[in-house]
Amino acid sequence: MTGPLGLYVPGRSPLHRCPPGPKLLGLAVALVLALRYPLLAAGPVVALYALARIPVRLALAQVRPLWGVLLVTGVFQTITIGWERAAEITSSLMLSVALASLVTLTTRVSAMLDTIAGVARPLRRIGIEPDRVALLLALTIRCVPLLTDILGSVREAQLARGAGRNPLALVVPVIIRTLRTADALGEALTARGVDDE
Amino acid sequence: MTTRSRTLRASDLARVAVFAALIAALGLPGPLYVPGSPVPITAQTLGVMLAGALLGARRGAMAVVTFLVLVAAGLPLLAGGRGGISWLTTAPNAGYLLAWPLGALVIGLISERMYPTYRFTPGLPAAAHRFVSGLLATIGGGIIVVYAIGIPVHAARVDSGFLAVVQGVAMFLPGDLIKAGITALVASAVHRALPGLVGGRDGH
Repeated sequence: MTGPLGLYVPGRSPLHRCPPGPKLLGLAVALVLALRYPLLAAGPVVALYALARIPVRLALAQVRPLWGVLLVTGVFQTITIGWERAAEITSSLMLSVALASLVTLTTRVSAMLDTIAGVARPLRRIGIEPDRVALLLALTIRCVPLLTDILGSVREAQLARGAGRNPLALVVPVIIRTLRTADALGEALTARGVDDE
Repeated sequence: MTTRSRTLRASDLARVAVFAALIAALGLPGPLYVPGSPVPITAQTLGVMLAGALLGARRGAMAVVTFLVLVAAGLPLLAGGRGGISWLTTAPNAGYLLAWPLGALVIGLISERMYPTYRFTPGLPAAAHRFVSGLLATIGGGIIVVYAIGIPVHAARVDSGFLAVVQGVAMFLPGDLIKAGITALVASAVHRALPGLVGGRDGH
């Protein structure tokens, strides 16, 4: 669930120490190569996971959500355009997801957010203030457990009333409480001078 | 004053943050059950539709972008505890997620134009007008726009348009139609209670 580290796996490998910017550029290059030579890329991808010392179980978990799509695609493409092309398509899917996941596994959420904020900085010209963006992201992270609580308590209340399976009985109270939470949060922000410049 | 008006006010900031968090919370375990359907559907796209229908185009799209930025940064906020940049870049269904902000924007635009006026639904009673408006908005933005981007991206990744269409329709369409209906009903109830929510003078 939403731990403080997110999906990050702590470590000291060169991949962990590389700053997110260059790592993302490296990912772009690696993706181009992996899509070009899908069958030769498997070895290097496994080697990179070994270099980052990602446990095997965790490495497999990155591509597990793809099994269904890979199976359907593999079978369909083997029948329609032959097994060679099917193997290329499925392995390029799997390896490209594995490569992108490796960046996430070896980069702290805070470092990645800083990099994204850096990329967003030129947006100041169209009126998007970096400070506001940082505040928005931090507020949202704080609000996730809050909203999970709202969802959980409304769900329990509706189950107790025997309305647990009715989506409307769940969603309407959740939305009312969500909007009320937003109003309270907005007032708290205004009271703390967020709108003063 | 021009830049000032484009900056988010505290009340807008709060709504965007809370709805981005709602989209995340709807992806956590404890799925939504739909009567008559044995399969629990993930409610995350419901959050995207609700953001567009209840916050309007600009704030709704911002809530979705905020949510996706946190996913990209590596927080496991997607349904099933998934997260990280792979789901927005290399995964076969990345196109659907990348289309969400535009979907919320279109839902907001249609809602903002349809709710305050009866121009497009002459003669309908108020509740039916609100439901029809909500349904057109959620199907237009939440399904047509999202699929128009999601399916071609999927097709490119699996090298088969047929497969992408079949999988998109079989896997997502039934649930998305139900979620469009739920959003339309919820938005109708909420807009009756709070008429100025979108498209009013206090919006944008």
